[in-house]
Amino acid sequence: MAHDAGSASITAPSRAIEAATSETRLARAMLIAVALGFVVLFLLLPLTTVFIEAFRKGPAEFLAALRDPETFSAILLTLTVAGIAVPLNLTFGVAAAWAIAKFEFKGKAFLTTLIDLPFSVSPVISGLVFVLLFGANSALGPILQSYGIQILFAVPGLVLATVFVTFPFVARELIPLMQEQGTSDEEAALSLGATGWQTFWHVTLPNIKWGLLYGVLLCNARAMGEFGAVSVVSGHIRGQTNTMPLQVEILYNEYNFVAAFAVAALLALLALVTLVLKTALELRYSDEIAASRRH
Amino acid sequence: MEVRVQNIRKEFGRFPALEDVSLDIRSGELIALLGPSGSGKTTLLRLVAGLESPTEGMIFFGEQDASRKSVQERNIGFVFQHYALFRHMTVLDNVSFGLKVRPSNRRPPAAEIRRRALDLIDLVQLSGLEKRYPGQLSGGQRQRVALARAMAVEPNVLLLDEPFGALDAQVRKELRKWLREIHDRTGHTTIFVTHDQEEALELADRVVVMSKGAIEQVGTPDEIYDHPVSPFVYGFIGQSNCLNVTLANGEIWFEDRPIGLRAANEPDGTATLYFRPHDIELIDGCGGCLAGLVTASRRVAGTRHLELDLGRAHPSVEIELPPERATSTDHTRVAFRPTKWKLFRKEEKRGAAQQRVETPAAELARTGT
Amino acid sequence: MASRSSTRWRFRQPSVIPGFGLALGVTLAWLTLIVLIPISGLIWRSSGLGWSKFIELTLDPRTVNALTISFGTAFIAAVVNLFFGVILAWALVRYRFPGKRVIDAMVDLPFALPTAVAGIALTALYAPNGWIGSLLEPLGIKIAFTPAGIVVALIFVGLPFVVRTVQPIMEEIDKEVEEAAATLGANRFQTISRVLLPGLLPAGLTGFALAFARGVGEYGSVIFIAGNLPYVSEIAPLLIIIRLEEFNYAAATAIASVMLLLSFFMLLVINMIQAWSRGRYGYGS
Repeated sequence: MAHDAGSASITAPSRAIEAATSETRLARAMLIAVALGFVVLFLLLPLTTVFIEAFRKGPAEFLAALRDPETFSAILLTLTVAGIAVPLNLTFGVAAAWAIAKFEFKGKAFLTTLIDLPFSVSPVISGLVFVLLFGANSALGPILQSYGIQILFAVPGLVLATVFVTFPFVARELIPLMQEQGTSDEEAALSLGATGWQTFWHVTLPNIKWGLLYGVLLCNARAMGEFGAVSVVSGHIRGQTNTMPLQVEILYNEYNFVAAFAVAALLALLALVTLVLKTALELRYSDEIAASRRH
Repeated sequence: MEVRVQNIRKEFGRFPALEDVSLDIRSGELIALLGPSGSGKTTLLRLVAGLESPTEGMIFFGEQDASRKSVQERNIGFVFQHYALFRHMTVLDNVSFGLKVRPSNRRPPAAEIRRRALDLIDLVQLSGLEKRYPGQLSGGQRQRVALARAMAVEPNVLLLDEPFGALDAQVRKELRKWLREIHDRTGHTTIFVTHDQEEALELADRVVVMSKGAIEQVGTPDEIYDHPVSPFVYGFIGQSNCLNVTLANGEIWFEDRPIGLRAANEPDGTATLYFRPHDIELIDGCGGCLAGLVTASRRVAGTRHLELDLGRAHPSVEIELPPERATSTDHTRVAFRPTKWKLFRKEEKRGAAQQRVETPAAELARTGT
Repeated sequence: MASRSSTRWRFRQPSVIPGFGLALGVTLAWLTLIVLIPISGLIWRSSGLGWSKFIELTLDPRTVNALTISFGTAFIAAVVNLFFGVILAWALVRYRFPGKRVIDAMVDLPFALPTAVAGIALTALYAPNGWIGSLLEPLGIKIAFTPAGIVVALIFVGLPFVVRTVQPIMEEIDKEVEEAAATLGANRFQTISRVLLPGLLPAGLTGFALAFARGVGEYGSVIFIAGNLPYVSEIAPLLIIIRLEEFNYAAATAIASVMLLLSFFMLLVINMIQAWSRGRYGYGS
C-alpha cells in the first residue's frame, strides 16, 4: 500500500493538477478536430476547388480563357475602378481619421457610426441607391443624360458603387490606431515650429503608414472583388461594363466553367496575396496596426 | 487544519524554483511567506493550493496526503493577486459559486447557499452591494469579495497571494487590520504571500522568510526582527549595517583597534558584524568604539538618521538617534558602540547555506528567473 | 473672459492641432455625397410610395417569402457560425497544433475572396456531381439548389465575424480566473460552461449579430448555389434585382427599405450589446 502510494505520487498529481485548468487530451483532440474539419470543409475545400476547376482541362485552356478579349477588358476595368475608388477612399479615410482621432467634438460617436454604415447595408441596396438616384425615372438621371453624362451602366456608376461599398475600410483602420497614438507627437512637432502640413508628412504619416497600408490592402481586395453592388449598376454590357466578378458570373451562366473558374482563380490569387500581406503586416507591425480586425 | 510541507522541490523546466522546502503550519495559524520576487514564495503557495504539482515531496493536510489530490479536491480558498473575480457575475453569485458547483449530494439547498453567501458578504462589510458587478466596485471592495468567495467553501486552508499588492497605501493599511480581525473571528488556517515586510511583521503569527527557493528563517515577528539567523534575513528585514571586522582572542577589532565588543568562544579570523541603526549607544570618551564623521543627517518622523563615514574602505553606516541628542553632532565626529549585534563568519556554514553553495550553477540560473 | 468661454457650450474642445476644419469638411462632404444622399434617396423614394402602397408591396407573398428565406437562412447560418466559430477561436487561442498559423490566416478568407468566386466554388463542391455533393447524394441529401445551399454559402460568408470578435476576448481571459474557479471546486466542464462562456457572451452575440446582418444582405455567394426558385430558394436581394430588371422600382424600393430598416436595427442592437457589456462588466467586445 505504502509502496503503491509512493510510486503513484510521481505521476498522478501532475495529471490531476493539469486537469484543473485545461481540458483532457481527448477533449482537446476532439475540439481541434472539429475546428480543423470546419475550416477544411468551409474554407479550404472551396478555395482548392477554384484552382482545380480552373486547370481541369490543363494550363493551355486556362491561359486561353484569360486571353479572351472580353475577359481582358474585364480585368482592365476592374483595375481602373479600383484604381480610382481606392485613392479616393484613402484620402477620405485619412481626413476622417484626422478629424475623429485628433479632436474632441460634439457628435463624434454619431459620425463614426455613419462612416460604418455601408458595412451593414446589403451590396444590392448599395447598388440600388445609385439606380434610384441616377436611373431613367429619377430626377437627376434625365438631366445628366441631356448633357451627355452617363452614370449608370458606365464607369462612373461602377466607381460610385465601389466607393460606397469600400467607404469605411481605411477610416476604421486608422481611427483606433490614431486615437491610441494620441496628439503629443504632433504637439511636439508644432512646438518646434513645424507647419501643419510638415507635421502631417513628417510626424503623423510615418506613425500610421503600416496601418494605412493595411487599410488600403483590405479596401483594394473588396474593391476588386465587389459583386452585388456593381452588378446592379453595371448593366452587364460585355466588354464595356463587366468587371472581373461580373465576367465570372456571365461565363458561369454560359456553362463556360473553365473560363469562369480561370477568372475566379485570378481573383482567388488576389485574395491569397491579400491574406499573405495582411498576415505579414500583422506579424511585423502588430502594434502599429489597430486591433480592430473585424469588418 | 494543519498543513505540512515535506521536502518539496519544484522545477520549472530546468530551473529550480524551490529546493527541499519543509514547513509545518499549525491549525488556525496566520502565516506569512515573505521574500523578494523570485524567492519562490508564490510557487510554494500554489503548490499548497494544488495549482502546481511538486517535482518531488509531499504536502499533508492534517493526516491526509494532499499531494495527489487535484485543486478541486483539496478544498482550499485562494485569493488571487488580482482577485480573479468573475466579471459577468454579481457579488452574490461570485460568493456562492463555490457552493453552487458542488455535486448535488454535497450541495446545500439554494436558500441555504444564498443565506451563507449573504452572511459572508455581511462579514466582509459589503452588505447592500450583493447585486453589483465586480466592474462596479473599488479595488478594496473587490479584494473583500475575493476573500468572501474563498471563505464560502469552508476551506481547509485559506491562501492569499499578495492580497494587498494592487491597492493604494491607505486602503492597504485598513484592510490589513481588518484581515487580522476576520482571521481571529473565523480561525481559518491562513497562508499569505507578501514582499512587504511591514505587512508580514504586523499581520502574521509567524513569518517564513524565503530567498532563492529556500526557507531562510521561520519565526514570530519578534524572533525574525530581533534574532535574524542569516545575513540575508538581517539585510532583508528592517535596516541594518554591516562591517568587516576581525576577531582576536574573543575581542572584535575594527581596522586597527578593538571596539569594545566581546565575542567569547569565537575562533580568531575575519567576520562580518551586523547591527541595526537604533541598537547603538553614543560614547563620549572613545576607549574602544566605532567612530565616524557625519556626512548626512535626516529627520525621519521621531528620530534623526545620521550617515557616518568610517573610512574609505568601508561602506557608510547609518545610525538613529533621538533628535535632541543628534542636534549637537552635525558635521562632527561621532563615537558609538552597537548594543545589539550579530557576527556572521564568511566560512560559516549553516544547514541551508551549506546546500546553497553546493550547487553554484543552479544558483546562477536562479538569479536569472 | 477665459473662464466664461470654458463653461460655454462649444462644438469642439480647443486644440493646437491644425486642420480640423479641412479634415472634417472633407469627411462630411464625402460622407454626404457617397452615403447620405444615396441612402436618403432610397428613404425618400420609399416614403413617396405612400403607406398603403408600401404595405401592399411588402406583403406581396413572393416578397414575404423572399424575406423569410433571407432572414431564416441567415439566422441558421449565424447559429452554426456561433457554435463552430467559438470552437475554432478556442482551438486557435488555446491549443498548439500543426498549421495553426495558416488556419488563423485562412479565417479571413471570406473577407478577401470575392463573393462570386466563393459562390461558384461552393456550387461546384455541393452540386450533385461535386466532391461533397456526390458523397451526399446517395444519402438523399441535396445541398446545392435548395435552401440548404443558401445556408452553406452564408456560413462561409459569416464565419470570420464570430471568430474575429470572440478571439481577442478569449485571448484576454486571465488564467487566474480559471484557477479561481478550480480552487472553488468547479470541474473543467463547470469552469467552461459557467465562467468562461458567459464571459464571452457579449462578444459572441456581437459576432452573431454581425454574421446575421451580413447574411441577410448577402447576394454574390448565394445566387449561384441557391437555385433561385421563387417561394423556395429566392433571397430578398435577388428579388430586388429581379424587380429592378422588370423596371418595378416601387417594389424594389419597398423590399430594400425593409432590409435597410433591419440593418439599422442590427446596428442598434450591436451598439446596445457593446454599451450593456461595457456598463456592466467594464469591457466591450
